[in-house]
Amino acid sequence: MKLDSKVPSGPVKDMWDKHRFEMKLVNPANKRKYHVIVVGSGLAGASAAASMSELGYNVSCFAYQDSPRRAHSIAAQGGINAAKNYRNDGDSIHRLFYDTVKGGDFRAREANVYRLAQVSVNIIDQCVAQGVPFAREYGGLLANRSFGGAQVSRTFYARGQTGQQLLLGAYQALEKEIARGGVKMYNRHEMLELVLVDGVARGIITRDMVTGAVEAHVADAVVLGTGGYGNVFYLSTNAKGCNVTATYRAYKKGAAFGNPCFTQIHPTCIPVAGDHQSKLTLMSESLRNDGRVWVPKRKEDCGKKPSEIAEEDRDYYLERKYPSFGNLSPRDISSRAAKEACDDGRGVGPGGRGVYLDFADAIKRLGAKEISERYGNLFEMYQRITDEDPYQVPMRIYPAVHYTMGGLWVDYNLMSTIPGLHVIGEANFSDHGANRLGASALMQGLADGYFVLPYTIGHYLASNKFEKVTADHPEFQAALEAVKTRTTRLLGVKGKRTVDSFHRELGKIMWEKCGMARNAAGLKQAIQEIPSLREEFWKNVNVPGSGGELNQSLEKAGRVADFMEFAELMCIDALHREESCGGHFREEYQEEGEAKRNDDQFCYVAAWEYAGDGQAPVLHKEPLEFENVHLATRSYK
Amino acid sequence: MSGTMNITLKVWRQAGPTAPGGFEEYKAPGISPDMSFLEMLDVVNERLIEGGKDPIAFDHDCREGICGMCGLMINGSAHGPSKLTTTCQLHMRSFKDGDYITIEPWRAKAFPVLRDLVVDRGPLDRIIQAGGFVSVATGSPQDANALPIGKLEADEAMDAAACIGCGACVAACPNASVSLFTAAKISHLGLLPQGQPERYRRALHMVAQMDLEGFGGCTLFGECMEACPKGISIDFIKRMHGDYIWGAVTEKPEKVALGSG
Repeated sequence: MKLDSKVPSGPVKDMWDKHRFEMKLVNPANKRKYHVIVVGSGLAGASAAASMSELGYNVSCFAYQDSPRRAHSIAAQGGINAAKNYRNDGDSIHRLFYDTVKGGDFRAREANVYRLAQVSVNIIDQCVAQGVPFAREYGGLLANRSFGGAQVSRTFYARGQTGQQLLLGAYQALEKEIARGGVKMYNRHEMLELVLVDGVARGIITRDMVTGAVEAHVADAVVLGTGGYGNVFYLSTNAKGCNVTATYRAYKKGAAFGNPCFTQIHPTCIPVAGDHQSKLTLMSESLRNDGRVWVPKRKEDCGKKPSEIAEEDRDYYLERKYPSFGNLSPRDISSRAAKEACDDGRGVGPGGRGVYLDFADAIKRLGAKEISERYGNLFEMYQRITDEDPYQVPMRIYPAVHYTMGGLWVDYNLMSTIPGLHVIGEANFSDHGANRLGASALMQGLADGYFVLPYTIGHYLASNKFEKVTADHPEFQAALEAVKTRTTRLLGVKGKRTVDSFHRELGKIMWEKCGMARNAAGLKQAIQEIPSLREEFWKNVNVPGSGGELNQSLEKAGRVADFMEFAELMCIDALHREESCGGHFREEYQEEGEAKRNDDQFCYVAAWEYAGDGQAPVLHKEPLEFENVHLATRSYK
Repeated sequence: MSGTMNITLKVWRQAGPTAPGGFEEYKAPGISPDMSFLEMLDVVNERLIEGGKDPIAFDHDCREGICGMCGLMINGSAHGPSKLTTTCQLHMRSFKDGDYITIEPWRAKAFPVLRDLVVDRGPLDRIIQAGGFVSVATGSPQDANALPIGKLEADEAMDAAACIGCGACVAACPNASVSLFTAAKISHLGLLPQGQPERYRRALHMVAQMDLEGFGGCTLFGECMEACPKGISIDFIKRMHGDYIWGAVTEKPEKVALGSG
C-alpha cells in the first residue's frame, strides 16, 4: 500500500483553485450515466447526495434510520464556524486555517484544512439560501458567538439546534432531489459489506432492516458518510445506532484507517447517573461563553451545597491555568483539567465525577431573560435529565466521548486507499488532526458534501473506465454469501449473555484504558482483554429472533462484533503513538501536566492496513509538513 | 435519589405488519427514578432476552430529544405525561411505585405498524418531497448578509423549524391529521424571504400530498399542540390554510416553455 496524498503543488492558498481547474469534468449529458452510492444521510451524506444529484449524477442514498432527517448531525447544538469576518474582529480564511491546524495539535494535513477554511464562507451562503433560520441581529444581519479554541467570533448558530437546522436544510435539498428522481433513498437499510471488483469499489451489500432481505447494490463509485465510532466506548454522546461497521468493513477490504486513537472527549456533558445509563448527553460548549467552570479548593467542601462555598474557596481552574482562553480553552485541555480536578478528589456530585458550570455571574450581569434567550433549551434539557434548575444551582458537568477525529484515510480528493471509495465528514480522518475545535464538525461535513466531493467525484469518474458490472458478478455473490453466513453465525450462538452486556464491558475497557488518559501498561492490558472478550462474545452471545424480520438485537450484535475488532486497532494505534497530542494523552509524555508532543518521531498520520484476522495490522506513515503554520507547542496560557 | 420502584407494563406486541397484535403484561421491578423511559424499556428487554423471549421493538436513536425517532403512546398520551418532552427525555421520576403503564405505538392509518412499537412514518418524508424545500442548487447563492431578515421574522421561522418530525401530532389527533407537521414546514419557509417565490405552490402541493397519504382532516382540536414535544403552535395551521387558499386562487398552471434556444 502506498499513501499518496495527491496534494497539489504551489502555495496553499492557490491549491484548491488550481486543482479545481486541473480536475477532469464529466459532460452534463454523461453525468446521468454514472451511478454513485452514498451511505449515510447526515450533513456530509445528505449534502453530497443532493449536490451530486443536482449536477445530474444518478445517486442512491442509504440510512439506517426511518428518514434521512434523523442522522446524528441533528444533535449538534452550538454552531458552525465560517471565516466571514462579519464581526470585523480580525478573522480571515488564514486565521481559521491557523486555528484549526493549531487546535488539531499539528496532526492534520495543511492543504485540506486550508480548503476547509476557504469553503466555509460558501456554506453559510448556501444554508441561508435554503432557509436555515440562523440567529439574527435586530438589523437583520447574521449573529455570531465565540467558541472554544478561537479568539474571534466566527460561529453561526440557530438557537441551540444548529445541527438540526443545517441537517434539515440538507435533508430538504435531498428530498427535493428524491422527488425529482435524481436520488433513490433507502431508509432502514444498513450497509454490511463493501464490494470490490478488480480492486475498485463497485458497490455495497445491505440488509433491509424491516424485511431482513440482504441485497447487492452496484455503482461506479461509493461514498461513505457514516460518521464516527465513539460508541466503541458504549457510553458516548453519539446516538444509540452510531457504529463503525461501514468504515470497518471497508478497512477489512483494504482501506487504510487513519489515526484511530484520536478521539475527542467533550468537556461539558451531564455526568453519569447510574449503571442503567444508556448514553450521555452533551451540553453545548457555547455554554462556556457565559458559564464559569469551578470546583472547591478543598476536598472537604465537596459535599457542601455550592451556595455554601464562599467565592474565595472556589477554584476557577481554567481561568487560573489558562488566563488568555479561560473557560473557552479547547476541548482536550478543558476535559483533562476536569479529570485532574476530580482525580485530585475535588469533584462534585454523586461519585465525585463532576465539576460545576456556574451561570450566577452571567445571570447577574445579563439577567435571566438574556441567558434564557441564549441557552433556554439547554437549561430545560439539563433540568429534565437531572431534576435540577441551572438558573438556581450550578450545572454539574463531566467530560464524555463525543467525536472521533480518526477515520478512514483519504487523499486530497477525499478518496480512500481503495480506488472509487470516497469518505466524507466524521468518517474520514482528514481535517481535525488530534483535536477538533468546537463548531468545526458541521463545517467539515458540509464542506465535504456540498463543495469538495461533487468536484472530486467527477474527476474520478472522468478519469476511469468502468466495465459493466451486475449483482451476478462473483464478487457480489461472494459478499452476499459472507453477509448471510455472518448473520447465521450471530443468530446461531444462542449463548447466555445479551449483546448489550458485551458492549458495556467493551466500553468499560476502552474508557479506562484508552479514554481520556492512556499509558502503555493499560493499553497492553486492553490488547490482551479485548480478544478474550471477543472470543467469549462469539461463544456466549444470545441474539434472539431470526434474520428475516425486523430484529434490533441482530442489528446491535453485528455492530458490536465490529466494535470488538476495531477496539483492538484503536489500542494498537494509541500504544504505538508515544507522544501526547490533542485528544491522545499518554501519561508518560507530559511536561508540568501539559501534553508533550514529539514532532521528531510522530509528525505523521498513522494509516493502518488490515493484514488478516489474527495478524498485526501494518502501519503506513504519511509524513506531515507544516509550511504555513509553524510547528510550535500549543499554548493557551 | 429515592429508592427504586416496581411498575407493571402493558405493551402492544405485533410480530410484523400483517400479523395480528395484542397487549402483553410485564412486571418491571427495581426501576430507578433516574432512568429515562427508554432506559426502563432497555432493562425490561435485557430481562426478556435473558428469559429466552423476544425483546420489545421500539424506535429510538439520539436519546436527547432531537432526532424525532422515538415516540410511544404512554397511558394514551403521545410521548407520555410530561409536557414538551420526547419519550427519550421522559424520566421514570414522572411515575410512582406501583404504577400500571400502557404502551402503544402511534396509531394512525397512514402509519402502519412494522413491529411492536415501530411504525412506518414514510408519509412525512413524502410530504416534504411535495414542496418542503427552497429550490436552490448548491453553489448558486449570494453572500449570506446580502439578504437582511428581521430578528422577529427569523425567530418565528425558527419556532416553526424546530419541528422534529416525530409524528406525535398525528398520534394525538382524534382525526389522525398531520396538519401541524405540514404547517410547521410551510410556515418555516413561508415566513422567510427565501421561501417566498414558492410559497403558495408549496402550500398547495404539500396539502395535496397530506390528503393523498390518508391522514385525516384538521378540525382544530388542538391536541397536536398539547402533545408536541417542541411546542409548535397551532397558529401555524391557520397560516397554512391562508397560504393554501391564496394559492388555490392565484396559482396559475405551469406553462411549458417552447422554442427556447
